[in-house]
Amino acid sequence: MATSLRARPRFRRAHRRDAKPDPTARRPRRFTRRDGAVLAASAIASGSIVWLLYERILPFAGIQGFLVLWFGTFLAMYGLAVRELEGTLIAKDRVAAAAIGGVSLAIIVPLLAILGYTAWRGAVYLRAHFFTETLEFTGPEDPATSGGGLQAIVGTLEQVGIAAMISVPLGVLTAVFLNEVGGRLRRPVRVFVDAMSGVPSIVAGLFIYIILVVRADWGFSGFAGALALTILMLPTVTRTSEVVLRLVPGGLREASLALGAPEWRTAWNVVLPTARLGIITAVILGMARVIGETAPLIVTTLGNTSLNANPFDGPQDALPLRSYLLFIQGVDNQVNRAWLYAFVLIMLVLILFVAARVLGARRVGGRGERRRTREPSLDPADGVVPVSPAS
Amino acid sequence: MPTPTDQDQSDLPTPRPISIVRTRGDRVFRRLATGAGLATFVILALIGLFLLLEALPALKDQGWKFFTNFEWNPPPRGTTFGIGAVMYWTVVVATISLVIAVPVSIATALFITEYAPPWLGRPLTSLVDLLAAVPSLIYGMWGVLFLNPRMIGLSEWLSTHLGFIPIFEVHNDAFGNSAFVGGSILSLMVIPICTAVMREVFSQAPAGEKEGALALGGTRWGMIRAVVLPFGKGGIVGASMLGLGRALGETIVLALVLSPSFLISPRILERGANSVGALIANNFGEGGSGLGLNALMAAGLSLFLLTLVVNTLASVVVARSRSGQGVEI
Amino acid sequence: MSPVQTEARSDPDVVTLPEPATLFAEGVHAWFGDHHVLADVTLEMPARAITALIGPSGCGKSTFLRILNRMHELVPGAALAGEIRLDGVDLYGQQMRATETRRRIGMVFQKPNPFPAMTIRENVLSGLKLSGMKLRNAGDVVERTLTQAGLWTEVKNRLDRPGGALSGGQQQRLCIARSLAVSPQVLLMDEPCSALDPTSTRRIEETMQEIAHFVTIVIVTHNMQQAQRVSQQCAFFNVEEGSPGAIVEIGPTEKIFDDPDDPRTADYVHGRFG
Repeated sequence: MATSLRARPRFRRAHRRDAKPDPTARRPRRFTRRDGAVLAASAIASGSIVWLLYERILPFAGIQGFLVLWFGTFLAMYGLAVRELEGTLIAKDRVAAAAIGGVSLAIIVPLLAILGYTAWRGAVYLRAHFFTETLEFTGPEDPATSGGGLQAIVGTLEQVGIAAMISVPLGVLTAVFLNEVGGRLRRPVRVFVDAMSGVPSIVAGLFIYIILVVRADWGFSGFAGALALTILMLPTVTRTSEVVLRLVPGGLREASLALGAPEWRTAWNVVLPTARLGIITAVILGMARVIGETAPLIVTTLGNTSLNANPFDGPQDALPLRSYLLFIQGVDNQVNRAWLYAFVLIMLVLILFVAARVLGARRVGGRGERRRTREPSLDPADGVVPVSPAS
Repeated sequence: MPTPTDQDQSDLPTPRPISIVRTRGDRVFRRLATGAGLATFVILALIGLFLLLEALPALKDQGWKFFTNFEWNPPPRGTTFGIGAVMYWTVVVATISLVIAVPVSIATALFITEYAPPWLGRPLTSLVDLLAAVPSLIYGMWGVLFLNPRMIGLSEWLSTHLGFIPIFEVHNDAFGNSAFVGGSILSLMVIPICTAVMREVFSQAPAGEKEGALALGGTRWGMIRAVVLPFGKGGIVGASMLGLGRALGETIVLALVLSPSFLISPRILERGANSVGALIANNFGEGGSGLGLNALMAAGLSLFLLTLVVNTLASVVVARSRSGQGVEI
Repeated sequence: MSPVQTEARSDPDVVTLPEPATLFAEGVHAWFGDHHVLADVTLEMPARAITALIGPSGCGKSTFLRILNRMHELVPGAALAGEIRLDGVDLYGQQMRATETRRRIGMVFQKPNPFPAMTIRENVLSGLKLSGMKLRNAGDVVERTLTQAGLWTEVKNRLDRPGGALSGGQQQRLCIARSLAVSPQVLLMDEPCSALDPTSTRRIEETMQEIAHFVTIVIVTHNMQQAQRVSQQCAFFNVEEGSPGAIVEIGPTEKIFDDPDDPRTADYVHGRFG
């Protein structure tokens, strides 16, 4: 079998046969220029056809219908074109990719629509005195620029704050239980936490209504609302904290235990501080979740147009609650005011969301983002040895 | 040294019991932590208990008919009330939202894990999560003022061209504020939940099998169909059930968008639908402290139990499936 | 060789026995990002022969193998230079899609990876489905390839059992049958026996020697005795600190092991390092 083999051991020759000074690296292109041309041609052709037929033949109206039809026609044309050129196998692959990509990116549209519409309806009424005045003296006759939202802001901050003060220790302790103590109860508790995350917000509100407002005869109060929010916030804090705690390397715990520290010191002095950033993220995520809750507040805090800074006594207002109550009045000024409140609310949510994202990206080891999406890391830049990932 | 064959059976070494004596600090710590864990159970149990106590008068009043009566006329307005129609619509609206949300979520999760490069995948993930962060009130307000009018055209088209199918029939030209519109808005809230779980699940598909599929000459889509989707079946089902739980329990959106109906019909494009959450939100004010309030509590109890069952099932399905190992839902 | 028409080839009336082809690599370099892992590899892998790639860990043998069937480019940041020609056709040129290349150049992996969601029968046929080949005599293909892989007698009565419910050695033979079902011209094997017991290893080596009559085989192995047993030609890869991996010596197997030209080869095959 030893025929003409071109053996080129390096030590024999000083130079290579092809005088290439430096090899130029290249990455084979999966999507060639011709592929791009086919894609563009299909898009243009399908768009033209749909545009021609649109208002004349099909009784649709509106840009949404047009875009949907265009997308559908595009997929059909693209599929047929690729099938002609490359065969059915590649055609299926390409159409699947186009459909999946299109649908995924289309999600951005409703999101932008919601954020944009809220800003468009509400931002125009925002004035500086929104943060200093209340609605105590404002009525449906007054335009939406008058009055303010101080009572709602104070209410929301106090309610969410109290909810956080209860759910954070409880939630982190539960996460510690799940992760550090465990035992036979671990699985049932995890099931309970999951079950709790599914409790409808109105049910949480009704529960607190029963025990606090009625049976304990406290009446409506901010504290009642806070308790309802706690029930909703607790599972989020628990689960996110548990994930964060799990990411703390076991070696740290072992080192602490090997030094003779008892479990509780290990948890308190080693594990929790390491996970601190992640736990803060969990808290922020929990707050973002409950800050916009309306339903439970309807039945627990009732709402108040004047400032009530005491959460333990008397009805209190909240941003989402007031927005809802204004909205359902139906009167123009009130509806506008509702949008103003909604706009402030969503700004607050966005701030919390961005804060959680920024902190989350700096979690354990600084690679929080990648761990959260948990993509299979074939990237050698991640420290994986660049040979077969299957080995 | 005696060889094993020389030894008597009773001389073979046996493991010795290890006794764990904890410090006082640790005993307290463990008890506290366990208490916190059990607190979750206690809260859940209390919710069920108190809802039941408050609901009993209403349940006793109507008996089993509470679950079958369609109308909602508790005292002082009337004497009959029941969640038959309300529960029906709750499930219908939730189903519509799933029909839209599940395929979209599968597509998005696949796109993020299999197609998108990291610079596109991460922002897209954030955007989808942002959809979840938007308060449901704002979904409701936007839905009623922005989306509802725009969906009337689509509803008209569907009922004109596909009206021979019973669910697309519409009587009296009453479009909008329908189960279809409610379900569509709800799907936007369900998509982020489903996508997050499915994303986790798909990303755990075994790399060895994926490589094997590609090495046989498969395309990316072929590989997804042969490896990723079969692997992710359990996760898809679990995610859908989680989404279902969310959709069943939603209150504010449906309170604002739906025009309440207490009649059962298959016509989802027609104005008129309902949900338990919306029922409670809309009727709470008038409840007072009479049987009407008890009735609302009974409705809340039913919803609580339903979502509890759905969520627990979802949790079990994901955990038991091949794809569920190590996935958090 | 007609490039892209997958449909035309799979004429269901023709029993497709693959035509073995010669694989020729010239001036191949490989990078992961900026990290240069393989330098200037030139190697001819003749038809109907078994070429073994030997050498210590980390010298790029597996990377080279993956360049041959265009799996290397699936890793983000991977790049290459040089040419790979299958019977004269540049694999990285415009004529062949990567999917077509991988159909013609099959691969068996170190860790057996049958599809657990499919039955044994479906596993064998999965390659046909994935590469878009239509076949009417599916049953014949299943029997033929499982026989070639040396697995038929063991599984012929349980073809509808899941593909994962087999022992390691059986799974690997199933993977070989699966690869053979698409009638490849070349079969790459990346340490196929390293996760298996000696008996399975021997069965697979027998299989290799039988199928070498109609499939060109290139095998990466750490097991020098295995290389001696099965291959006709060996290429010795080596890597030095700070340099990319490269081929040190190529030659007939007997020569590489009994009388190598390069002292580094001699050191390796006599076990003085690696």
